[in-house]
Amino acid sequence: MSLRTPLGRVRGSGAAHTGTDHFWRQRLTAVANVPLTIAGIVIVLSLLTRNHAATTQVLGSPPVAIILLLFVLSVTYHMRIGMQVVIEDYVHEDRMKLTLIMLNWFYATAIFVACAFAVLKLSFGV
Amino acid sequence: MADAHTPATRAAARPLSPHLTIYRWPMTMAMSIAHRVTGIGLYIGTLILAWWLIAAASGPNAYANFQAAAGSILGRLILFGYTWALLHHMLGGIRHLIWDNIIGLEPGERDWLARATLFGSVALTVLLWILVYFTGGLR
Repeated sequence: MSLRTPLGRVRGSGAAHTGTDHFWRQRLTAVANVPLTIAGIVIVLSLLTRNHAATTQVLGSPPVAIILLLFVLSVTYHMRIGMQVVIEDYVHEDRMKLTLIMLNWFYATAIFVACAFAVLKLSFGV
Repeated sequence: MADAHTPATRAAARPLSPHLTIYRWPMTMAMSIAHRVTGIGLYIGTLILAWWLIAAASGPNAYANFQAAAGSILGRLILFGYTWALLHHMLGGIRHLIWDNIIGLEPGERDWLARATLFGSVALTVLLWILVYFTGGLR
């Protein structure tokens, strides 16, 4: 049983009762994106001159695959939050706003699953 | 002056709150919108990343198709823009993380940081593409 008053429980949470969660996750993924992006650029640079066979071998190797999976996870999360902020800033009609936020979820999730599936397929060589 | 009390002139004489269209664009404002625009660009650009990975996972033919598209003039232009957007958004993000700590917000400092974002992203993009051509990639 909580001894906190009803006011104490909701204070700082805002109307959606999630408080600064959104802001925090935006920063968390932003910080994660910096080293992951630098690593991603290095991976892409090292693969530019290689043929398909060599590329798949590198992409499927554990360290590269893990970095790519983390990159895709963090980036798709970050871009979904970012695009939601953009939608909420410019679209004020409820039905259109909800539709776009849904499409935003679908798009970001689809990109994540597509990239993760490709990396896992290369890793496990099925 | 009887004219001063007609509705039209009274409305014009009232002080107006300045809005976006009134201000001369300071560097920080331009970089703020650039951060958002590059973010939207990167959002769409993740399709290229997905295409690349799926092509690699699909086989040599699909990968050859991707390489042909990426190596074309249009492909290179898009990838060059994507590189700049990525680096600009990354440096802009680092600048925002610095500002989150209430550092670098004084008039001179914030303009310097905003300029550093732009020059840094352009310089890094050019350097990276020189490196790409130096190592013989995308030919």
